[in-house]
Amino acid sequence: MKITKIEALEKIANRIRMDIITEVYYAKSGHPGGSLSIADIMAVLYFNEMNISEDDPENSSRDRLVLSKGHASAALYAALAEKGYFSKEDLLTFRNINGNLQGHPDMTKVKGVDMSTGSLGQGLSVANGMAIASKMDSMGYRVYCILGDGELDEGQVWEAAMTSTKYKLDNLCAIVDCNGLQLTGSTDEIKGLNVEDIEQKFRSFGFNTITINGNDIFSILNAFGVADMTKDKPSVILAKTVKGKGISFMEKDVSWHGKAPNDEEYQKAIDELVERDKEIDSKMVNEQK
Amino acid sequence: MVKEDKKIATRESFGRALEELGMENKKVVVLDADLYNSTKTEYFKEKYPDRFINVGIAEADMIGTAAGLATCGKIPYASTFAAFATGRVYDQIRTSIAYPKLNVKICATHAGITVGEDGATHQMLEDINLMRGLPNMVVISTSDDLETRWAVKEIAKYNGPVYLRLSRYKVSSIYDEKTKFEIGKGIQIGNGTDATIFATGVTVSEAIEAQKILKEKGIDVRVVDIHTVKPIDKDLIIKCAKETKKLISVEDHSVIGGLGTAISEVLTDDYPKKLVRMGIDDTFGRSGRAEDLMKYYGIDKNAIVEELDGE
Repeated sequence: MKITKIEALEKIANRIRMDIITEVYYAKSGHPGGSLSIADIMAVLYFNEMNISEDDPENSSRDRLVLSKGHASAALYAALAEKGYFSKEDLLTFRNINGNLQGHPDMTKVKGVDMSTGSLGQGLSVANGMAIASKMDSMGYRVYCILGDGELDEGQVWEAAMTSTKYKLDNLCAIVDCNGLQLTGSTDEIKGLNVEDIEQKFRSFGFNTITINGNDIFSILNAFGVADMTKDKPSVILAKTVKGKGISFMEKDVSWHGKAPNDEEYQKAIDELVERDKEIDSKMVNEQK
Repeated sequence: MVKEDKKIATRESFGRALEELGMENKKVVVLDADLYNSTKTEYFKEKYPDRFINVGIAEADMIGTAAGLATCGKIPYASTFAAFATGRVYDQIRTSIAYPKLNVKICATHAGITVGEDGATHQMLEDINLMRGLPNMVVISTSDDLETRWAVKEIAKYNGPVYLRLSRYKVSSIYDEKTKFEIGKGIQIGNGTDATIFATGVTVSEAIEAQKILKEKGIDVRVVDIHTVKPIDKDLIIKCAKETKKLISVEDHSVIGGLGTAISEVLTDDYPKKLVRMGIDDTFGRSGRAEDLMKYYGIDKNAIVEELDGE
């Protein structure tokens, strides 16, 4: 069942954010910043764009997602639990010795995870392999790959980009989470990467490039629509996002790349997200009037 | 057992077997990093161009692409020179293939010192060590035409990652059609009790040559072909340790982490006994003819004879 209503997807994204922050809070570790930045993209992928079913996670004709920036696992698990692949209670075992929700996703342990990732730079190659298999067998499934902007420092991404174009993988859609920050600073100061540079680079590699506000559901829906219609070349969505999006004190603050909130911070984060949920509700009510 | 016939490199046997496998199993796809005329995947490429992927000189991308294909039910055989198929892409193999236990067959040609003239950068002497250390990885190193053809087809039936080590150096045929091969089971050649020569890959032929020379000198040895370095045939190693006076291992690989180390681990655990480990002694290689290099680094038949007849 595809959800098309913007506000409904916004509410899902908000719930994904709550679960991300809860996972990281309970684990007392994790990567909240780069997980929160992709919450809206995850909501659209899992509840609108991807042709998948939580009741049939191994279906050979399903669409696939490779979370190349595997450290955003909290966002992937939150989306999968929201979709019903496993219970939300399991989210409390994130990074726990007794759980299956590893710090970085393990496809052999968690239903709905299409690829194990964690070492940056490898996901686009894997997504290419999936997209090639889809074409070889005329299966028609699509493959999505979420990369970090900092991850683009890795050379393998560009080896893979050439392969995506060579094989005209129009069933492949890469999404770059352009939050502008990586572990020790801005992507610009570390490797000279800003959104415009990234867009130019992918365009020169033969990709159809789509630059959007990656925290805006409407823009994300449209971008996937354009990518779906593109023929003979791969697409990349350059999603301009805010690292830590949705939690005021985490936004654009690189120190929240890889640390957990304390009790007080957790409560404040949840309060803000509850408030946001009410805002979406009142927006819906106003629209109905 | 050795037949006097035309010598053939295991890379050639690999290429021919892969071509046959392409017909037998439509799930098999082949990836190469632009060395297909050297790795001999060219035969598959000619017959099945739609199932052949040349990723260009981009080994990391090749490993990742193979992993993606495997998640979708394909059986990818990814091939390039051993140096680039292992050391260069160790982390890609570790994260994207071994950790998720994907059904990818890494078929590395040009392993060992016997690469010859290309020299140290291309003479991969640490690959068994690297691949053996990875959980979920099966490591196979074949010694002649028939054994290689068997291995190429057999690994398609096994669901999981495999490292198949092949060489450029031409070797004689060792086995005939009656030989039974099994993953994880070594092959004992002869019943001599003076010594056991454990070998793998190109050194099996050298060991058999040495066995003949020693026989003439009144020294009766057995040769054990450990084609599967992981999981290793513990039972056979312990049996030989019990039945023979001396144990030596000889490999076209560093003495660190390869066949000799793997055998030492078994002996340490279950039947402590001295093992003389012959191999490349913790050094990089150099350019030269393969035969000369085997002599130079002490892994040819004469070195084996000297080791066992030195007193």
